[in-house]
Amino acid sequence: MSTKTPSKLEEILTAGHLAVTSECGPPRGSDPEDITKKAEMIRNHVDAINITDNQTSVTRLCSLAACVHLKMMGIEPTLQMVVRDRNRIALQSDILGAASFDIHNILCLSGDHQQFGDCPKGQNVFDIDSMQLIQTVRLMRDEGKFLGGDEIKRPPQMFVGAAANPFADPFEIRVPRLAKKIAAGVEFIQTQCIYNLDKFELWMKLACDRGLHEKVYILAGVTPFKSAGMAKYMKNRVPGMDVPDEVVKRMSGVPKEKQAEEGINICVESIQRLKEVEGVRGFHIMAIEWEEKVPEIVERSGLYPRPDIS
Amino acid sequence: MIVAEKKPIEEIIDQVKDFQKLLIAGCNECVTVCEAGGKKEVGILASALRMYFMNEGKKVEIDEVTLERQCDHEYLEEIRDRIDKYDAVLSLACGVGVQFMAEKYFSTPVFPGVNTCFMGAAEERGVWSERCQACGQCILGETAGICPISRCAKRLLNGPCGGSTKGKCEISKDLDCAWQLILDRLKELDRLDDYEKIMPIKDWSTERAGGPRKVVREDVRL
Amino acid sequence: MRLSYPGNIRIVRVPCTGKVDIIHILRALEKGADGVYVVGCLEGECRFSNGNLRARKRIEQAQHILDAIGIGGERAQMYNLSSADGPRFAEYAVEMTDKIKEMGPNPLKKAKEKMAA
Ligand code: SF4
Ligand code: SF4
Repeated sequence: MSTKTPSKLEEILTAGHLAVTSECGPPRGSDPEDITKKAEMIRNHVDAINITDNQTSVTRLCSLAACVHLKMMGIEPTLQMVVRDRNRIALQSDILGAASFDIHNILCLSGDHQQFGDCPKGQNVFDIDSMQLIQTVRLMRDEGKFLGGDEIKRPPQMFVGAAANPFADPFEIRVPRLAKKIAAGVEFIQTQCIYNLDKFELWMKLACDRGLHEKVYILAGVTPFKSAGMAKYMKNRVPGMDVPDEVVKRMSGVPKEKQAEEGINICVESIQRLKEVEGVRGFHIMAIEWEEKVPEIVERSGLYPRPDIS
Repeated sequence: MIVAEKKPIEEIIDQVKDFQKLLIAGCNECVTVCEAGGKKEVGILASALRMYFMNEGKKVEIDEVTLERQCDHEYLEEIRDRIDKYDAVLSLACGVGVQFMAEKYFSTPVFPGVNTCFMGAAEERGVWSERCQACGQCILGETAGICPISRCAKRLLNGPCGGSTKGKCEISKDLDCAWQLILDRLKELDRLDDYEKIMPIKDWSTERAGGPRKVVREDVRL
Repeated sequence: MRLSYPGNIRIVRVPCTGKVDIIHILRALEKGADGVYVVGCLEGECRFSNGNLRARKRIEQAQHILDAIGIGGERAQMYNLSSADGPRFAEYAVEMTDKIKEMGPNPLKKAKEKMAA
């Protein structure tokens, strides 16, 4: 396969390496160091860094500006973009803005409902949905056209990604939904955090049965638990998250001061098992406000050093 | 029908406290069915307001009327001969009725006595829920008769999102996920394959986004 | 068995407390009653299944309105008893009368006098 964009992530995946990506949440303030410091900690251990877009609907420094900071550091960013807050004018405009800084990866998302965030009384937009955002970026890139039909001078060159949650309900349409995103034009997928490996493997198998793994690069999402409390919270409070009882038990089974270490162990073991799963082409490590642990996870999982591509 | 909810009496008092002659006007249609602004509610509100003003030592005259419809010239005309007796009208009709009243009786202050909520139906006694947001371009034919615009919290045309859990929406355990309902019904209709058709980007110009809307039918105009 | 209960109570008979509406409570107070209470069958023993439960909800709504307009929600009450329980009926009558005496007369009476003066 040849690459379609200058994206380093695309190049690594196309060359057949297991890719490693991670993410950073921008600060609730304007200090650029909050991003650059996190990025500095992990830059040598990942191929690209996602910048979340007002995740869980909490107002933060914008994803695009944070991506520009990464770009200035020579790190490859992935611009996360939710359709909750912008209409099609603003979405296309931000895509062009990102393209003007040569940001080459985008992740198209719906976004959590605003009721979870700090502005539950605000409006939402949802002019288009995440499926249609994938189509929009592909139209802008491949045909050099705006949704309105006009031509774009210097179209964006973006490797187009989306999320997939194998654990959301109903399970039976999880694979059809992946197929639908592929039909819309998605090129890479970062999955929801995987704790229920059996269920993930089943999803992956069903996807492979349909040959979907040959049409899209799937990066398995993992998040280390910092504590048993976090495991319980994720299990009970986060919509669309599947944390099996055994995992919670394993976390609660070790003394408090050892729980963080156990969380990392679980994460590394998961990666090792997932590496063997057909169709898994890389990992997306989301260490929420725990970026300093990413290098350790990457190294212990045998994913270091990262391929040198430039 | 249009579903409305009574405004808190404190808020109503605050709106009308400076008037001496009040007409409380109910409506016999939707707001009667959803028990927010029919004859019964007019009576209760009138009695409560009379007691309130009397207790405050204010002399306020309060009359009651319930019209067949307040969104209709014909029925609104029924009060033309006495409207000048009042220095304000408290309308318990939906927002449409309140405005029609205001347009017709241009020099009489009109206040809303209900909060107009949505277009919906009674799921059971005492429980009403939304069904349509009048997008002006109905797609129910493609979504198995369930409207994702009014019933999905994110208006997703290609749902469900990753937050759908056990048939419920990510925003509330008490709310069905519209996309789960759509899928259940597609399955029932043996049309599950249709799920993989991507719904195109919607033209929202026939919805609120396009500005105030109007339907003109030359064939029925006089 | 003859039981005495305070003589200042006027009894209005209804076939079932489910017949009692908010407007009846409000009108009674508007016309000058100092308090209104509804005596229904025991909960779960309504002959029309849930008339007395409905009555309770309506009393609660009336209380809310009466509080909001400054008349006092306590002036409306709901009691339940078994239909053969005469002594309990008298007991409630005394309790209600005491409660109202404590609250004083319907404020509308004074307001009316003032306005007339
Ligand atoms: S698709 Fe539009 S017109 Fe049809 S029910 Fe939904 S909002 Fe109403
Ligand atoms: S959970 Fe279902 S109804 Fe709620 S936003 Fe997601 S798709 Fe829509």
